[in-house]
Amino acid sequence: MSDFWIILTASIVAINAGLLGCFLLLRKMAMVGDAISHAVLPGIVIAYYFSGDKTSGLLLLGATLTGVLASFIIDFLSRKAKIQGDASIGITYTLLFALGMIMISTWMQGNVDIDMECVLYGDIALIHMDKIIVDGNLYLGPRAFFVEIIAFAIIGFSLLFGFKGFKLLAFNIDYARSLGINTGKWHYALMTLVSLTTVVAFEVVGAVLVVGFLIIPPATAQLVSTKLKVMLLLTCIFGISAVILGYYLAIWWNVSITGAMVMVSGIIFFGVLIGQRILKSNKQNVEFAEGQF
Amino acid sequence: MICINSSSALIGSFAYLRKRSLIGDAVAHSLLPGICLGFIMAGEKNMIYLFFGAFFTGWLSTYLVDYIVNRSKIKQDAAIGIVLSSFFALGIVLLTFIQNGVYTDQGGLNHFLFGQVAAINKDELLLFAVVLAVIVLSIIVFYRSFIIVSFNSDYAKSIGLPVRSIEFLMTSLTVLAIAAGIQALGVVLISALIVTPAAAARFWTHSLGRMLVIAVVFSVFSGLVGAYISYANSQTPTGPWVVMILSTITLISFIGSTKRGILARYLKARNNKSKILLENILKAIYHYHERQDRQKELNLSLAPAEILKVRRFDTADLRHGLNQLIRRGFIGYRGNNYYLTEEGMTESKRIVRLHRLWEQYLLKRTSIDAFHVHSGAEAIEHILSPEIEKELEKELGISGIPTEDF
Repeated sequence: MSDFWIILTASIVAINAGLLGCFLLLRKMAMVGDAISHAVLPGIVIAYYFSGDKTSGLLLLGATLTGVLASFIIDFLSRKAKIQGDASIGITYTLLFALGMIMISTWMQGNVDIDMECVLYGDIALIHMDKIIVDGNLYLGPRAFFVEIIAFAIIGFSLLFGFKGFKLLAFNIDYARSLGINTGKWHYALMTLVSLTTVVAFEVVGAVLVVGFLIIPPATAQLVSTKLKVMLLLTCIFGISAVILGYYLAIWWNVSITGAMVMVSGIIFFGVLIGQRILKSNKQNVEFAEGQF
Repeated sequence: MICINSSSALIGSFAYLRKRSLIGDAVAHSLLPGICLGFIMAGEKNMIYLFFGAFFTGWLSTYLVDYIVNRSKIKQDAAIGIVLSSFFALGIVLLTFIQNGVYTDQGGLNHFLFGQVAAINKDELLLFAVVLAVIVLSIIVFYRSFIIVSFNSDYAKSIGLPVRSIEFLMTSLTVLAIAAGIQALGVVLISALIVTPAAAARFWTHSLGRMLVIAVVFSVFSGLVGAYISYANSQTPTGPWVVMILSTITLISFIGSTKRGILARYLKARNNKSKILLENILKAIYHYHERQDRQKELNLSLAPAEILKVRRFDTADLRHGLNQLIRRGFIGYRGNNYYLTEEGMTESKRIVRLHRLWEQYLLKRTSIDAFHVHSGAEAIEHILSPEIEKELEKELGISGIPTEDF
């Protein structure tokens, strides 16, 4: 039974992250996602310190705000301080991550719930330890699953209602500005959603590997599709297949489940990339050969 | 610590100039599978195996990033993200494989995740010193080629430098520096040592040589202070403190730097703005008198409201500007009215003259029509130097103030 829940929860993580990842990728902001996922650490620690509960709403809110703050600092550094874009990303997330590490080592000594390993690669195998049980024995599923479902609802709604805005922002930000759309507002809306996704995915898959879910499936989809809707759909398919394959691989080898999922995701990406190259060069050869006659 | 910090600061400066700061991030994460592979091959924590495993996967990762960028429509930052997370995932898989496996003596492998300065022993220290020596030596030997390739690789190609080999060398040095530093700082924070010192040093100088030195000084300083702080509070790890100090230095640089700092830029912008305001007020006073046909009697007094008739100012700005002008002796105050002093008269004539000279110049020497010359002159009158004024005079054959106004 726990197999089923783990796969289901991870699939929703993959869908959440993948959908937003598409928009990040199209805006050429993939590494901002990386930065946000590292930068939420101090927010999580602070909120945890005050609430003492890993799944409280306060924690989610606090950590989400830290992510938005990080994207704000990145903007500030690159625009006001004229530091190169990717250098300002590097400075921001290492600073916030260092802050988080210091907080953990001073406040969380000997605390079992937040430790640094879990921060980096999560612990999806343990999600069923924290269940929601109604009426004493009716088992509804792990808590993380419901947190993810709520996040999915929020992201789904925002994307449905804001589809046009996000699409314009992704493809032609100058055109959007010329239409009088407040692009700053949409930008921070997207950053808030990304931040929310990384925060809720944090305890399941960890800070670094959530980037794998955020970037790899959309990038794979971008290789093969030219339409946004197709890309979104393919992202979900690639994400879910990586989750399922990765899970059984991890069970088979007895290794980290999340690690295996992201690894499979990476393998799929390189498979598609190389496969496409081979197909293309074959096609060119055929055309060339036909041209000979 | 000093060795690690200086080598990564040196390499980071070049990475910053090549706009490839985040490559270090990809390399750092990719070292993990290499370290694990090295461990599996050696069967124990053998420094040499680990180091070469790390070097191999680190290098492979930069190759893959370039491969993805060149062979598909994926952009560089996404490519970095893909390579970074796949390699890190592979590393985690191998790490858990080792932890669940038959290996004894695997403790300490997870030091590579977060860094542990205290765990460094004498042999490793020797290794770091060697790495630093290699990096410094290569920078000294290949200094010129490194500069050319970093600043303008097309130019480097055109003068026949072996760009690919030089880039290969630079990449190898980057991987080397990161591989050496990872045990002290861990996979995430090592990128800070690559990126931050270079960005901070960039605020203080325009010369590469000085930038390298400053970056090293900043980096070593924060290394020492960070180590001291974590030694004083024994619970806290060293790496995060080093990064905190480094970021603080960057923040200070960016506010306080005399050349590119935000404070210096702000002051400069404010000075310019106030200069423009004062000159515009003087010009408006001249215009007012001119409209009354009293060019010869510029020292007659007038009320602020009359200035506003000629040109619209924000009233607070105008009051502030007039006070400034009085303090500088350009304007006198009599009754409720203002008048131009001797100096003020010359100054106002000078500005109007520059404005009209430029208008004439645009009209005669360019194909801009009479409706548009005014706005061009409005912008440039504040920065025309006396030399250019003379040139314009010679070019146009005009002396005194042109009477035409647009």
